[in-house]
Amino acid sequence: MHPLIKSTHTGKPHDLVSVGNAIGNVVLDGNHPRGWWIGFLAGFAMLQVLALAVCWLFYMGVGIWGINVPVAWGFAIVNFVWWIGIGHAGTLISAVLLLLHQKWRTSINRFSEAMTIFAVMCAGLFPLLHMGRPWFFYWLYPFPNVAGVWPQFRSPLTWDVFAVTTYFTVSLVFWYLGLVPDLAALRDQAKKRWQRIVYGLLALGWRGSAIHWRRYEKVYLILGGISTPLVLSVHTVVSFDFAVSIVPLWHATIFPPFFVAGAIYSGFAMVVVIAIPVRKWYKLEDFFTEHHLDIMGKVMLATGFLVTYGYFSELWMAWYGHTLYEWGTTIERMFGPYGWSYWCLIGFNCAFPLTALWSRKMRTSPFWMSAICISVLIGMWFERYVIVITLAREYLPSAWGHYAPTLWDYATMIGSLGLFLFMFFLFLRYLPMISITEMRELLPKKQGGGGGHSIMENAP
Amino acid sequence: MSTTVTPDAGHEPGHSHHHAGPDVPVTYGLLAEFETGDAMAHATAKATAAGYTHLDAYSPYPVGEAADALNFPKSEMGPVMFIGGLTGACAGFIMQYWANTWGYSLNIGGRPYFSWPSFVPITFEMMVLTTALTGLFGLLAICGLPRYNHPLFNSKTFDRASCDRFFVCIEATDPKFDLVATRAFLNDLHPLSVEEVME
Repeated sequence: MHPLIKSTHTGKPHDLVSVGNAIGNVVLDGNHPRGWWIGFLAGFAMLQVLALAVCWLFYMGVGIWGINVPVAWGFAIVNFVWWIGIGHAGTLISAVLLLLHQKWRTSINRFSEAMTIFAVMCAGLFPLLHMGRPWFFYWLYPFPNVAGVWPQFRSPLTWDVFAVTTYFTVSLVFWYLGLVPDLAALRDQAKKRWQRIVYGLLALGWRGSAIHWRRYEKVYLILGGISTPLVLSVHTVVSFDFAVSIVPLWHATIFPPFFVAGAIYSGFAMVVVIAIPVRKWYKLEDFFTEHHLDIMGKVMLATGFLVTYGYFSELWMAWYGHTLYEWGTTIERMFGPYGWSYWCLIGFNCAFPLTALWSRKMRTSPFWMSAICISVLIGMWFERYVIVITLAREYLPSAWGHYAPTLWDYATMIGSLGLFLFMFFLFLRYLPMISITEMRELLPKKQGGGGGHSIMENAP
Repeated sequence: MSTTVTPDAGHEPGHSHHHAGPDVPVTYGLLAEFETGDAMAHATAKATAAGYTHLDAYSPYPVGEAADALNFPKSEMGPVMFIGGLTGACAGFIMQYWANTWGYSLNIGGRPYFSWPSFVPITFEMMVLTTALTGLFGLLAICGLPRYNHPLFNSKTFDRASCDRFFVCIEATDPKFDLVATRAFLNDLHPLSVEEVME
């Protein structure tokens, strides 16, 4: 088996203290590499673009966007689905791989979970802004009101509200619970007074009692167990937003699994894109090794083929089903006015990554993995664009239309990326980006660790 | 707080836990420090075998053998979260049933008001939500957390319980607790140190 933790930079094997220092001192010392400042300031600048776009939107209304009839959702839903899909990799890594006893998840689960939370925040922004009157967002939830009106629970859009809210809350609980022992470690090794106070309060008085650990591991295990169907259900419900309609090529039973596979594909890509520079800046290559890149490349290869099968199936069903509208819409999708986006999708999502990922050399090369993953992120964005733009030409030619995003669509999209980067870099600055506790547990016994026990293995 | 000990209280064998007055420090327990999780689990097992009942082990990562030694083989969180999830699922389903059948009934494409298959996704989401929240708040409540302070934090060495040291604490409330005898017992287990921790 590959060593999941290499030796320290000085060549000595890691022990409990050196693991804590390598990860915890990033937060406690507060010395940040130039890369952190570049990323943080870029995110902060893009966040200002979002602020501007949102202010203008609130003043003028959604008319500043390119949305129209027939394409009434436009970029808002493209970006919503893209972001929420990215978020799913975090839950997948922390929950599904936990249940499957995949110990390599330990070095990436913390920041993947953080990525989930920030990605869901970015995702949630778009439906809120698209509402037109976002200050009435609470009308989406059932609450007693004088008008006696209740939500329509047979609509996938209402399901979506519950799915995304639950997903955000559960991800936050999972993440925070995982952080509690690490916050206690930071509290005890704090170098400044404010750190002692803030991490002390956040650690909730955790003291590592054997009885508490046993309960903790049980809760963590069950959270992993319920997060796994949750993540599948969330993207299934997102795909129902489309599949429950009668639009040709949307009304398909393949949508839920196809959406879930795509979510994992893009989410893993985002984890790799973030992890490669971060591990270099903070010298954490001991914990996030080439072995991790290799495995993640393989997962992407598998999910990439699932997604490609989805594209094939859509095409096949339209042709074999002999329905005029399905086939006509397919032809419009591939060779119509927006056909270029379909071929971008095939190129970025299938052709390039799925040829390159077969090579182990490429999977373990940080440069090539970055290139492949950026390609996947672009490709998966185009996938959602292609789906949404289907509305431009569906049944009757008299109802056909055009869709062109405006400057404000792009500004909001770039801005959401800014929000994500801003939050993520703050996270790197103030919270341990790798789980100190789980890393210590993973160390061999003679180095003081739990001998590769993974959390939950003693949680009857 | 742990620095001043008056000679007439606290150090008298067998009377260490009586509350002599507000200013007199009271012993919380004896804290033994170990280098490995195995040594800690072994010491815990020895202490329970010797008849101690009010004790706990502390470690930077979970050591299941220590919990086993404390006669805590199975946590109660499973049933707690199950009940939480079941409550959420029922509440979610009933909410949808009531709202769309009685509260504000809408005719959607001629489907029945009580179209239960459409209520499945939200029922599921509500189950997951309440399971997770019961897990978090249930765990904190059962463990008595959050708490602002704990006598163990008065110890000089306990800082390392979240880093590289493993501790066993026999508490003064234990019926078998005796400052001298318990200290001797712990010393026999070859700890790195034994410390008296004050309330």
